[in-house]
Amino acid sequence: MDNQMFAATKLNQKNQRTEKLVQILFILMASLLILPVLVILATLIVKGGSVLSIDFLFTDPTNGMTEGGIFPALLGTIWLVAVALIISVPLGIAAAIYLSEYAPDNWFTRLINLAIINLAGVPSIVHALFGVGAFVVFFGFGTSILSASLTLAIMTLPVVIVSTREALQAVPHSFREACWNMGATRWQTIRRVVLPNAVSGILTGVILEVSRTAGETAPIMFTGAVFFSPFLPQGIMDQTMAMSLHLFVVSTQVPGVPENLPYGVALVLIGMVLLMNSVSIAFRMHLRGKKKW
Amino acid sequence: MSASTGLDSNCDQAFDQRNLDWYIDKAVQVLVFMGGISAIIFIVGIFLFITKEGIGFLFETLDFEEFFTSPYWEPSDEDAPEYGILALMAGTASVTGLAMLIAIPFSLGTAIYIAEFATGKTREWLKILVELLAAIPSVVWGFIGLTIMNPLIIELFDVPVGLTVLNAGIILGLMAAPIMTSIAEDALKAVPDRYREAAEAMGATRWQVIFKTVLPAAKNGLLGAILLGVGRGFGETMAVLMATGHAINIPGSVFDSVRALTATIAAELGETAVGSDHYQALFTIGIFLFLITFLINLTADLIVRGIRKS
Repeated sequence: MDNQMFAATKLNQKNQRTEKLVQILFILMASLLILPVLVILATLIVKGGSVLSIDFLFTDPTNGMTEGGIFPALLGTIWLVAVALIISVPLGIAAAIYLSEYAPDNWFTRLINLAIINLAGVPSIVHALFGVGAFVVFFGFGTSILSASLTLAIMTLPVVIVSTREALQAVPHSFREACWNMGATRWQTIRRVVLPNAVSGILTGVILEVSRTAGETAPIMFTGAVFFSPFLPQGIMDQTMAMSLHLFVVSTQVPGVPENLPYGVALVLIGMVLLMNSVSIAFRMHLRGKKKW
Repeated sequence: MSASTGLDSNCDQAFDQRNLDWYIDKAVQVLVFMGGISAIIFIVGIFLFITKEGIGFLFETLDFEEFFTSPYWEPSDEDAPEYGILALMAGTASVTGLAMLIAIPFSLGTAIYIAEFATGKTREWLKILVELLAAIPSVVWGFIGLTIMNPLIIELFDVPVGLTVLNAGIILGLMAAPIMTSIAEDALKAVPDRYREAAEAMGATRWQVIFKTVLPAAKNGLLGAILLGVGRGFGETMAVLMATGHAINIPGSVFDSVRALTATIAAELGETAVGSDHYQALFTIGIFLFLITFLINLTADLIVRGIRKS
């Protein structure tokens, strides 16, 4: 009799069945989203792995880009990313310091936030049009690393701003108050207390930006990256090849490319990007474990 | 009288803190303010520069009715160039639409699983995987559409061409889903735990808690996630350029090739002379794209801000 009172009713059983079913459904959805990508990555590794070698990374493409390596594209991507970082990191950190430490909560700050969201949301090809109209034509930089990197820097600026702002805001307010009470100015507080405590968080965001910048194609297509260049870039006013554009070129524009070559290019590109992201994630987790407050 | 002014000025001097540090502080304040407004300067700059390049065509040559209603995009025809973006809009809309059909259920499902069911290590790893998926560059996605999806579709459905709405839609869906997942997960996490506890105390099962309590409370954030996904699909360039087949066409089924607005700019800008009608027409498409994505982002932001206020 007593046991019967606590036994599962028909309704309970039905609920439990639904519960199980729903959970299985959601697991299925999550795995269906992730599995195809893992299969694709495996295909890239299998097919691209066969062309990968030290020579592939460090020799020039030959025979109309159907043979040889990817060295000029690799070097070009490093140029583009480095120049873009020099422009966007100081600017993005300044913007984040303003938003986190100085900005009052008013309509103007909301306007800045809206501009940041839109800067991240504008299609990459519109950034490319802007790069052509502003840097290539109006400022007369021509198609050069400078034009391409400026375009990339503006496009990826929101990544630096958002991650830096988060890192700054993670520093407890009491740290700042303690410093102000000692008679320090705002800037002294930021430089001696806030920034040292946020520097690793900022670095995480910068690594993330490197990965974003290296993978972009559309913004550099008409501003500074070229299909093929017989010379390595010597300075920021030169044109250059780039990994992302090189993948587009060898997979769509060049006839007679052996089947596995584009897979190799794709594998190197995706390897670079995922490595950067993994470093950034590992760094973040390490930080979370270390945090003292 | 004079004694008191003397005292005042002494006081002023004693309390005047304007030393070197004070000036540095002010200078830095100006500098970071300039950094802060740079985002506004850039977004206005983008609009001004693409308008400047396209404006001559926009107000002189362009026939607005033809632009939006003609399916013929033949800008390089020397005798009678036609500038109609209807077919291009249909291409963009069909691909984005299919992508959302795929991405919305999967990203919301994954977000619910991560936020409500998964625990501990599983949750951490799923979040990391989703973040890594979001990092794959769009040109790599395009390459996947071209080399892996294309033969797969030809074989599975026995069709002559695999570079179609279906191909680009799946690729774009897989691309947009990770970003939508992480925004949707944030929205679910923002629902206070006391809501869940209250529902559980009333005897609700986990599914009932999610369906009747968490989802309605997170509605705005989820809508914001979907809108950002739409914006993302709308503006995607390289993947769509490589996977759609790039044929001007109003699609009748998912097995038709199409061409997108963004891909048209990417494919043709290199061939045009600066300042020509064709060049300006491409910038006009750019203005159109800018305005639409601006509207989508603005709406998403307003919706998401709505929940923060309440």
